[in-house]
Amino acid sequence: MTALVRSWQAYRAISGAWVRAAMAYRASFVALALGQVLTSGPDFIAIVLMFASIDTLGGFGLGEIALLYGLTGLGLGIADLVAGSTEQLGRRVRDGSLDTMLVQPVPALVQVAADQFALRRIGRISQATVVLGWALLHVDIDWNLTRVALLVTTIGSGAVIYLSIYVLGAAFQFVAGDAAEVQNAFTYGGVTLTQYPLTIYPVEVVRAVTFLLPLAFVNWYPALHLLGRDDPLGLPGWVQAASPLAALALAAVAGVAWRGGVRRYRSTGS
Amino acid sequence: MGPWRSEKSARRGAARDLRSRGRCGFRRYATYRLATAAGVFTNSVFGCIICFTYLALWQERPDIGGWDAQDAVTFVWIGQSLLMTVALFGGGFSDELADRIRTGDIAVDLGRPVDLQGWRYAEDLGRSAFHLLGRGVAPTLVGALLFSLAWPANPLTWLAFLGSVALAVTVSFAIRYLIGLGAFWVLDVRGFVVVIGFVQLFCSGMVLPLVVFPAGLETALRLLPFAALIQVPAEVLLEKSTGWGLLAALGSQLGWAVVLLGAGRALTRHATRRLVVQGG
Amino acid sequence: MAADEPAIEVVDVHRTFDVRRRAGRLRRTRQVVRAVDGLSFDVARGEMVGLLGPNGAGKSTTVKMLTGILVPTSGALRVVGLDPAAARTRLARRIGVVFGQRSGLWWDLPLRDSFALLRRIYDVSADRHAAALAEFVELLELGELMDIPVRALSLGQRMRGEIAAALLHEPELLYLDEPTIGLDVVSKGRLRDFLRTINVERGTTVVLTTHDLGDVERLCRRVLVVDHGRLVFDGSLDALRRLDGTTRTVVVDLATSSPQVEVAGAVVTRVDGPRQWLSLPSGASAAPVVAQLAAAYDVVDLAIQEPAIEDVVARLYQRG
Repeated sequence: MTALVRSWQAYRAISGAWVRAAMAYRASFVALALGQVLTSGPDFIAIVLMFASIDTLGGFGLGEIALLYGLTGLGLGIADLVAGSTEQLGRRVRDGSLDTMLVQPVPALVQVAADQFALRRIGRISQATVVLGWALLHVDIDWNLTRVALLVTTIGSGAVIYLSIYVLGAAFQFVAGDAAEVQNAFTYGGVTLTQYPLTIYPVEVVRAVTFLLPLAFVNWYPALHLLGRDDPLGLPGWVQAASPLAALALAAVAGVAWRGGVRRYRSTGS
Repeated sequence: MGPWRSEKSARRGAARDLRSRGRCGFRRYATYRLATAAGVFTNSVFGCIICFTYLALWQERPDIGGWDAQDAVTFVWIGQSLLMTVALFGGGFSDELADRIRTGDIAVDLGRPVDLQGWRYAEDLGRSAFHLLGRGVAPTLVGALLFSLAWPANPLTWLAFLGSVALAVTVSFAIRYLIGLGAFWVLDVRGFVVVIGFVQLFCSGMVLPLVVFPAGLETALRLLPFAALIQVPAEVLLEKSTGWGLLAALGSQLGWAVVLLGAGRALTRHATRRLVVQGG
Repeated sequence: MAADEPAIEVVDVHRTFDVRRRAGRLRRTRQVVRAVDGLSFDVARGEMVGLLGPNGAGKSTTVKMLTGILVPTSGALRVVGLDPAAARTRLARRIGVVFGQRSGLWWDLPLRDSFALLRRIYDVSADRHAAALAEFVELLELGELMDIPVRALSLGQRMRGEIAAALLHEPELLYLDEPTIGLDVVSKGRLRDFLRTINVERGTTVVLTTHDLGDVERLCRRVLVVDHGRLVFDGSLDALRRLDGTTRTVVVDLATSSPQVEVAGAVVTRVDGPRQWLSLPSGASAAPVVAQLAAAYDVVDLAIQEPAIEDVVARLYQRG
């Protein structure tokens, strides 16, 4: 337990130092954050433009799709903010800066995640929050306490799921540093896939993102419950509340993969 | 060696230099095989997702924009193939150019007997050739396996398509060259890169085919050079531009290429003069 | 940990690497590189030893294994009573490392912030940290540099900062990798004085990897020479110099160009105008040679050159 507390303190200290350093260039920070909003924006603008000509896509209206978009965007945004720096692991292995981290009494993953902490990534989070806010105002949801709790836990679970994907990607870079781009297919690809209702995909894809890589738990299953929709796969009702479980399971896998990666690095030296 | 003979061999030497630069550009990108495979995988994943999106869209409105679903799906894979070729997300030489201008190394480049814009263009052509072959063909094959695509039977269409792609690369180069050159006047061109990247994403048709845009918006966007990057070549291959339409399409690309390259040359001359006057 | 237990124990350690090299277009060859090949030595608490050897000898691999970054292929290591591979984070609190090329400081932050960050990372109490910091700031003259970002510091200033950073948590053991490389003479001297001070006053064990003979002469009473992954010498620097087969050189400037001088106990190896180079065995004293020269010839000036460490090591390897 104390190891966890100490890890959190170290993460907070390191990321805090980076935030302070970034704030020294306030104007540049604002520009970069706005740049982030721009780069994460096109997808939703495209959806809005599509809806100039149609009323529903895959059986879902614009507001409902905005809900899906907001939830998954927020999940990735938070994960990117917390641990986006792990994408750089391949570079760290190549230039030896991972060694400097291994010599310090803090878990390497914490250091890799906290290093180059980029508060500007809040740009994506803001953009997703705005869309989510708009969606919640425009969609007809039968609100009760359970649904509110579901919304909150879904955002958390989504963040943990994407976080786990980042860590899995970093572990992969121990083995194949040059192929780091593959990670994008799962992080940004994951967002692109889940921002639309899964009804537009063939059933094999839906099964894959339910049972293989639980991206569907980031937003789809909880959204089905929030919107009172039927599950096209016909899975039992409790699945719609199972996001935290899926998140924990994936996090466990990611943790094992990371530890394996570090062990391999220390046994082979590269 | 007489004077005119040495000039001829100098020109031949310059041409050889440009050719070797093109090959250099190709080789520089070819060494990263694993990275290329990773890129192809990523392109394929995105291509599939977008295909399903468009299929759903066309299911709602089967003839939106005058295209059918198969056109849309083929468009997706043409886009994914051309994505790296026309460097839609920037990168390539324009960052390097901006850096060299910032540090002053550009003086060395400008002092060389080879034309700055010329050899950068040759390098970029090499790079685009690699990206077309290395990262363009493979995702399309994946797409062809998973979806039913509409390929034109007429070999002349393919020829016109290749010409259109070459023009698209030229237009893209001209834009990136101008951005890189911006470092002479603006301290940090990264802001421009992000904004142009965002604009290009929309106006090239990459995010949504221009035909799906509301009519007024579509017309406006087609007036910009960015449509020449993806939308125009794709329409050539999809045989949406035929006869006079084809000539108009290629002509528009050529027009933008000439204008933007010309602007690049003019700015280079202006910047060179400024450098000489200020002493670097 | 008992007071008389060695700080470092290395017992028959091996470390091999599988290097895959591309041979031609498609084939790949596999090569086994023996970076460390049966290394054994002890370092007592409070010692300051120099780790020498040509590039690729296995020095940095050894240090990596001692710090737990790399796991040995076979053999045993004990550092301050711990197994580095198994207890890496626990060990990390008790050691300090200054890497040569890589920085342990945060590039964009002022020195002060780096130190504060390290206090959190090493979980040092505020009092002890403040006390240690005050002492090092004074000894290393960091006072004016505290608010400057690390990237704006000169190499010498940065090196001082790095060493302070490595010592702030008061480790028992300090590894230094080429700490004086690129520094001017004055800075080198000051840094060496500082290292001697912390070794003597705090009893910090120091392992110094270096190519700089000056560092070794001034600081290390004991020298470990590694070559091709093996220990080829373990002793004092003087003993290293006096090894059989190595030679010292006396360079004598005569008043005029002369034929080769004749001196007992030395051989002329080179003549260039009035200057002549004489070679004598390292074990012998140069005094008789100098005396003979002064007595028999018109000597304007002379100098004595010690053998280059590379030559000594090369000779060592040939013997081993």
